[in-house]
Amino acid sequence: MKISMFVYSLKQGFKNIWHNKMFSLASIATMSACIFLFGLFYSIVTNFQNMVKTAEEGVAVTVFFREDITEEQINDMKQKIEKRVEVTKCEYTSPEEAWELYKEVYFNGSEEAAAGFADDNPLANSASFAVYLNDVSMQGALVTYLESMDGVREVHQSEAVANTLSDFNSLIGYISVGIILILFCVAIFLISNTVTVGISVRREEIAIMKLIGATDYLVRAPFIVEGIVIGLLGSIIPLGLLYLLYSRIVAYVTEEFHFLSSLVNFLPAGGVFRTLIPVSLILGVGIGFAGSRITIRKHLKV
Amino acid sequence: MIKLEHVSKSYSAGVPALNDISLHIEEGEFVFVVGNSGSGKSTLIKLLLKELEPTSGIITINGRNLNGIRRKQIPRYRRNVGVVFQDFRLLKDRNVYENVAFAQRVIGTSPRKIRSSVPMMLSMVGLAAKYKSYPKQLSGGEQQRVAIARALINQPKILLADEPTGNLDGHNAWEIMKLLEEINQRGTTVVVVTHNMDIVKAMRKRVITVKKGVIVSDEKLGEQR
Repeated sequence: MKISMFVYSLKQGFKNIWHNKMFSLASIATMSACIFLFGLFYSIVTNFQNMVKTAEEGVAVTVFFREDITEEQINDMKQKIEKRVEVTKCEYTSPEEAWELYKEVYFNGSEEAAAGFADDNPLANSASFAVYLNDVSMQGALVTYLESMDGVREVHQSEAVANTLSDFNSLIGYISVGIILILFCVAIFLISNTVTVGISVRREEIAIMKLIGATDYLVRAPFIVEGIVIGLLGSIIPLGLLYLLYSRIVAYVTEEFHFLSSLVNFLPAGGVFRTLIPVSLILGVGIGFAGSRITIRKHLKV
Repeated sequence: MIKLEHVSKSYSAGVPALNDISLHIEEGEFVFVVGNSGSGKSTLIKLLLKELEPTSGIITINGRNLNGIRRKQIPRYRRNVGVVFQDFRLLKDRNVYENVAFAQRVIGTSPRKIRSSVPMMLSMVGLAAKYKSYPKQLSGGEQQRVAIARALINQPKILLADEPTGNLDGHNAWEIMKLLEEINQRGTTVVVVTHNMDIVKAMRKRVITVKKGVIVSDEKLGEQR
């Protein structure tokens, strides 16, 4: 394609937007709303996923051994558990360590009471593994495996926590996808309307273009440019706004609500927007392109 | 140059707009196609522009069978055929210069070439001084001159004019005809569809008369062909 024709298509695309200012503004606003909500949900979901992941890392399955188990068997078992994909780490707690921990928690300040058990460890049969997972939804499978292992007396799990975290994470994901899909359909519809108006306004010009030998490509290109520019503007504006909002909200919450810092751990803006910016731009441009392409196919027989 | 062999065109209703038409127009000829409304004149123009496909028959332009032109090749074909209409079809939001330049822009002519060729063409049609005017600031005759300049800017070998004087008064109509004659004398084949018999008689050119989709006469200045 010649540069002059490319420049012509670009100019005409921008002219179309300018000529149909109100429709273009409405499309840009809807597109912005979609991308803004997409960005908002994305930020929430990624932060939540991050929190869930942090929480998941703290959820452990505890494995207690039979009394007759040897140290060699325990080491062998540890190696087998650590080889599993869903396991991040497997920590061994000896009866002595268990008793020390217990004393710290329950005999804190009355060590003399605990001294009575100095020669007789009441947790002699409480050697255990704390097995940490990288995906809580895999807890059931891991427990089944652990229970089937030779030398295992009992397996403790926090099933409720695991399921709740896992379910909540999925629920947020589904709701976000649903809302975003509806919004994107609305955006495509509005862009399509804007391009339709552009086509009807320029119907005479299009007819003349065809008669004087303009290629199909050149007749269509300005409308494609129009859709893409609307999509692009409709993603850049909300991205800027979101970045500003996100940084400020995170800074505000972190400064003003210290007590939340143990519960809520926000991702840095850079981390969220590194993915959000390209994805939103691609979405904006893609939706703009799709909206105008659909309309051209429907209303512009060249 | 233009050859129609047993060409028929029927629309969906089945009544033929053109019925078994055969004609031959030589390179450099000036031909009038006359007939009443609904006689099939405009259908003929549309067939020559490949806006319509004939129901049957062969149309050959510059030795090329139009039936063999694929959809994608139509734009390139149309660049060799200039066309003007009764209603001028100018872009109202662009001035005279831009209207003419438009025809070159859409085929990718370089801006430098456009800057040199448009003023030349405007001088030829007598509108050099009005290049900044918008269509609504021009008379009907002047608007038709702009349309002619636009049709000729890409130097087509054929100029088709569909009722070019239909919206003009006698004086302007005559001026446009003289301009078309001048263009023809420079070597362009001109086909004018009209029902203005006064002008047709005064011009003393070849006249093809179409009636109900059939050629009923083909004559030149009273001399039978």
